[in-house]
Amino acid sequence: MTGLLDMDISSVTHVIVPALATSLPTLPMAGINWHSVLFLLFAGLACGFAVGVVAADNVVRMALYLVFSLGSTAGLFFLAGAEFLGAMQLMIYVGGTLVLLVFGVMLTAQAPFVSIKPSSSDRTLAAVAGASLLALLLTAAFSVDAWMVPGVGEVPAPSATPLGMALIGVRVDTPPNGSPNGGHVGYMLPFEIVSVHLLVVLVGAAYLARAKRRRTPRAIDAVASAMPVESAVVATAAVTVPGRTAGGAKSALVGGGR
Amino acid sequence: MAEFLIGLGLPGWLAWSIAALVAAVLLLNVIAGGALVFIWAERKIAARIQDRLGPTRTGGRFGWLQSLADGIKLLAKEDLMPEGADGLLFRLAPYVSFCASFCAFIALPFAFDVVGQRLNVGVFFVVAVLGLEVFGVILAGYASASKWSLFGAMREAAQVVSYEVPLGMCVVVPVMLAGTMDLVTIAEKQAGWMSNWYLFHDPFTFVIFWIYVTCAVASVNRAPFDLAEAESELVAGFHTEYSGLRWSFFFMAEYGSMFLVSALAAVLFLGGWNGPVPIAQLVGLSEGTGDSAAYFVRLLGLANLIGKATFGVLLMMWIRWTLPRLRIDQVMTTCLKYCTPIAAVMFAGAMFWQLFLPGGLLPGWSRPAGEIREGWLEGPGGLSATPPPAAVRPAGVAAADPSDSSGLATRSPR
Amino acid sequence: MMNFSLAPSILPPGLTMPASVGMIPLFAANPFTEPVGVIHYLIVGAVLFTAGIACMTLKRNALGILMGIELVLNGANINFVAFSSSYLRAEGAPTLGLDGQVVALFVILLAAAEAAVALAITLNFYNNHATVDVDRADDLKG
Repeated sequence: MTGLLDMDISSVTHVIVPALATSLPTLPMAGINWHSVLFLLFAGLACGFAVGVVAADNVVRMALYLVFSLGSTAGLFFLAGAEFLGAMQLMIYVGGTLVLLVFGVMLTAQAPFVSIKPSSSDRTLAAVAGASLLALLLTAAFSVDAWMVPGVGEVPAPSATPLGMALIGVRVDTPPNGSPNGGHVGYMLPFEIVSVHLLVVLVGAAYLARAKRRRTPRAIDAVASAMPVESAVVATAAVTVPGRTAGGAKSALVGGGR
Repeated sequence: MAEFLIGLGLPGWLAWSIAALVAAVLLLNVIAGGALVFIWAERKIAARIQDRLGPTRTGGRFGWLQSLADGIKLLAKEDLMPEGADGLLFRLAPYVSFCASFCAFIALPFAFDVVGQRLNVGVFFVVAVLGLEVFGVILAGYASASKWSLFGAMREAAQVVSYEVPLGMCVVVPVMLAGTMDLVTIAEKQAGWMSNWYLFHDPFTFVIFWIYVTCAVASVNRAPFDLAEAESELVAGFHTEYSGLRWSFFFMAEYGSMFLVSALAAVLFLGGWNGPVPIAQLVGLSEGTGDSAAYFVRLLGLANLIGKATFGVLLMMWIRWTLPRLRIDQVMTTCLKYCTPIAAVMFAGAMFWQLFLPGGLLPGWSRPAGEIREGWLEGPGGLSATPPPAAVRPAGVAAADPSDSSGLATRSPR
Repeated sequence: MMNFSLAPSILPPGLTMPASVGMIPLFAANPFTEPVGVIHYLIVGAVLFTAGIACMTLKRNALGILMGIELVLNGANINFVAFSSSYLRAEGAPTLGLDGQVVALFVILLAAAEAAVALAITLNFYNNHATVDVDRADDLKG
């Protein structure tokens, strides 16, 4: 079993074409390009679930559709050769940001608020804005010839090392052909800035979400709800997501008295 | 395998899809068969620890067929759904959980080159997908329209998400020692005797391993971190309202995840498929001495890894039935006040150890982790980070030469 | 796939399709056999972006608006990855290379940070007003 699924992208085309010569060439599936099939699958899922997010009324279902849409986007990243980015999308975006979002949805999904229907004038406005924006974007996309050529290039053995090195300021990849940038810069400064940014956000979110001591009861306590607000849980969740991306900045257990 | 099928004359598209299907079915069997064995083992171990016997009737003296009987019972159960439950979400939740658990097996290597898909970012991918299991739990808790389910689900989600931080840090240490996130390469670099294992590489890694065990147990919601399923407190937590086949999917997801984190620990710290004793090398077999020898070596490696992972799962069961359950605030305290700082300090220690003592304490005692072993890995830098170039790969029918695929012939016995 | 013979009629006057549009073999041929190009990814990115904008416009639930923001950012990320990938281009064509992936990485990180803060604000709002309907946030209205 030498490489159970040794399916790097170039070998697909190198295998399919010779195989056709010796076997059934007349089948309509004979020339199938699995990469394109998978691309269509993931693209269909991503677009379909994105439209589902817009169309759904129930906010919990919207969150679920968003999870599936972003998961399919991660699949698209893998198909384009950006493996590290795909794993990053799964871990940080889907496994962190969306978990946070789903937490928020759960905490606020009381019965009267689960389906808030927009007015019809809002719907018309959204439809017009969406349609015109889509037309504009597609026109811009189709206006460049170079983007419409089918891709047959190689994915240079996807490795996370050049990306990691770039993040500490050392560029080990070759500049792409015709790159206008003479200087091949590293990304050390943005990396550090983002790290500090995440730390600041961590502290800020933990502060915002802390359990506050109140003299007068909150409006939410007056609403007959089936579930008390678990401020400790949300504080922990709000604290943890930036914490994961900031590489484990320490955080105190925020006011969790229950 | 696809090349083998193409060599038989099948068209390319069919060969690739069959190869993919076979790989998927094999991985599925690992989870399903594993769950079957582990359920029985859990009941027996729990029984013995509690000074009783466990299943002794079905299938003879040791109750071998108890798992099968349980499975048949679960299949035959009535399919219930609570009245206020969201139908779509209720039905979807077990499958989301199971899919997350299953997808992580794609990148897990069972022996050299016996891997679903060899990803350069294997470690990252496995840890990322493990974190997606929480969605199934949250969905189940919400869709059950029951207080206890929701509480259990929120607690479990908070716990899993919190423990991913120290888990990530623990996982980064072997990655740092190996210089790559490729799981196959990480295990390859621990080939040889037991002293090559990263567990014994330096004291910091040793401590990190135990922190990893703690975080892994918390991550799969096993006792003492099983607040979400605490029978004595929340009825059954997020799967209170689930019965029959749906519940068994959650169960399979849990045992699958347990096997996965144990196998991951084995690959990262315990040498993967390389045993305590390099049997294949001693006997004289190696990857390069012909096709059947290569298969036998890999089979040995496969058995080795499964054995180590099973030992990890049994260890988790042992811990479960020995230690009392932690409260949710104790769980969070353990994560944020103990695991994370200790993991961070140990990570810094391992980094400095690697910097100042790359050859280990005693010269010749253990190979430095990043060293290339001549003749074993091809080319400078070996297998680190790059899969074999396309030219080496078999190009379909024209080069149907199994013994030469993946450059096997370039390896010589050590 | 799209039928390009209809394309000129749906465009507003003044905008013309490039003359070379007829030579896109990707859409005319069987989509299962032709390799994908950058344009396919751009279409997906455009759809996601538009869905995000529609979501932000349409939803009254604050969390729905947040989801729209996530979709917008992901649409942009898909575009970045498409431009950076050398698989989607012809042999030897210039790409963004690593820069595209690094930018997408930073977008993911910043989106996580922004979502955390937005969620904290939303939960505070919820605690104070017992609703997440943004139309109710009119205390400061003149």
